[in-house]
Amino acid sequence: MTEEIIIAGFGGQGVLSMGQILCYSGVMQEKEVSWMPSYGPEMRGGTANCTAIISDKDISSPVLNAFDTAIVLNQPSMDKFEDAVKPGGLLIYEENGMTRKPRRTDINICAIPAYDESIKMNNTKVFNMIVIGGFLKVKPILELENVIKGLKKVLPERYHNLIPLNEQAIRRGMEIIRTEHSLAK
Amino acid sequence: MKELRLMKGNEALAEAAIRAGADAYFGYPITPQSEIIEYLMRENPVERTGMIVLQAESEVAAINMVYGAAGCGKRAMTSSSSPGMSLKQEGISYIAGAELPCVLVNVVRGGPGLGTIQPSQSDYFQAVKGGGHGDYKLIVLAPATVQESVDYVKLAFELAFKYRNPIMILSDGIIGQMMEKVELFEQQPRLTEAPEWATVGKKPGRDSVIVTSLQLQSEEQEKVNLRLQAKYREIEKNEVRYETHLCEDAEYLFAAFGSCARITRKAMEMAREKGIKVGLIRPQTLYPFPVDAINKLAGQVKGILTVEMNAGQMVEDVRLAVNGKTKVEHFGRFGGMIPSPDEILNALEQKIIGG
Repeated sequence: MTEEIIIAGFGGQGVLSMGQILCYSGVMQEKEVSWMPSYGPEMRGGTANCTAIISDKDISSPVLNAFDTAIVLNQPSMDKFEDAVKPGGLLIYEENGMTRKPRRTDINICAIPAYDESIKMNNTKVFNMIVIGGFLKVKPILELENVIKGLKKVLPERYHNLIPLNEQAIRRGMEIIRTEHSLAK
Repeated sequence: MKELRLMKGNEALAEAAIRAGADAYFGYPITPQSEIIEYLMRENPVERTGMIVLQAESEVAAINMVYGAAGCGKRAMTSSSSPGMSLKQEGISYIAGAELPCVLVNVVRGGPGLGTIQPSQSDYFQAVKGGGHGDYKLIVLAPATVQESVDYVKLAFELAFKYRNPIMILSDGIIGQMMEKVELFEQQPRLTEAPEWATVGKKPGRDSVIVTSLQLQSEEQEKVNLRLQAKYREIEKNEVRYETHLCEDAEYLFAAFGSCARITRKAMEMAREKGIKVGLIRPQTLYPFPVDAINKLAGQVKGILTVEMNAGQMVEDVRLAVNGKTKVEHFGRFGGMIPSPDEILNALEQKIIGG
């Protein structure tokens, strides 16, 4: 198993920490992992992205131009990375603020209304965990218990009281993700 | 017990400096290596090991603080990124001339000038050929993983004191910024006794120790140069390090270092899937360069492609090593652009197989 993921959105949406959480969770599951952020001017406004790779094997390149999964959280990110999904791969997009639907027909496409859901949960900070939940529903490459362990590593101890809320968000994400286009017959 | 962590290259390197028993770090922030000084400031190692961390007023000040600490026989380190490393070159030449040990880290970004903050390998010449004046050499270690960023800090201090020579770790924006699993070595003790060449105050019955790179008598300065050259020959004999991948049956060869070698390995895997028998040699020391290994492989393959994030620097050393035995071409992206595995494979097909 090798899963090459790009996560992209506005700075502040938790894009970089989503990648870190997935990688920490991968470590908990004894996988090889690699996380590479964009650290340029895009971090100071505009789109931020990170590449997360989780694999059973040694990881060669930490930077890629084609991905198994693209998780895009705003329109500029969809414009930039829709074409970077490998044929047969997966595109997950957050519906809020998107001005168009994805155009590809040779990939699996899922939509997740994570922002709206986070408002329903009265905590927009768990937005990115809802998205992670959605991703893990479609690609169950990591056990939930390992994601929780990973969260404990990423979050400073003073925030560990928020882990149950994050777990709830992951579970909500798993419930609300919706397939829009599937290659499976 | 060894500890497994998920860490950024820069942070892991900083932690490794503490664990290697460094006495002092002097630096000045610059992207993409500021995490090194940030981590050290946060970690405040003076409480853990007594190691001093100081933000100097400039890069020039930082390298001269390193010079001073090294002259006292301390394990001193500085780090910067390309424009900052240019500022340090005078000091580096002085330290090499005075034959003092220290560790220099360059997390390379695109140039020339202020350039860009994105990753690059365009400081290869500066690191390997001597960015400062005079006939001196740095031992140059090129990590390709976060793990090597850690291991090379320990190795660098060992080599620095073994040869009384500055050692450069030539990282780049990718290795510095990425996170990977890393195993940290155990805390090493700091030096407790000053080496006999250290200027720590003359005791009765001992000759004066003078640290200098100045010899106004040409005869004396030539002797210094001869001693340096003898040392460099020794280093060339003992310290060559490299790694090969799938070279046994290779008909073609990639040569790449640092993060670019990682991307090139991906291109190699893709080429192998297409049935192209290509291998990879990755110099881990850029000086001393794996001349013999490359020369030997040159007799086996139909062509060599160097892949670098620069306009063609290591390719010159590869050509010297190959000495006309086979075709050598270069593929590079620069100015902060990162080559993709597809582009690299395409370049192999165009420039080496088809060319």
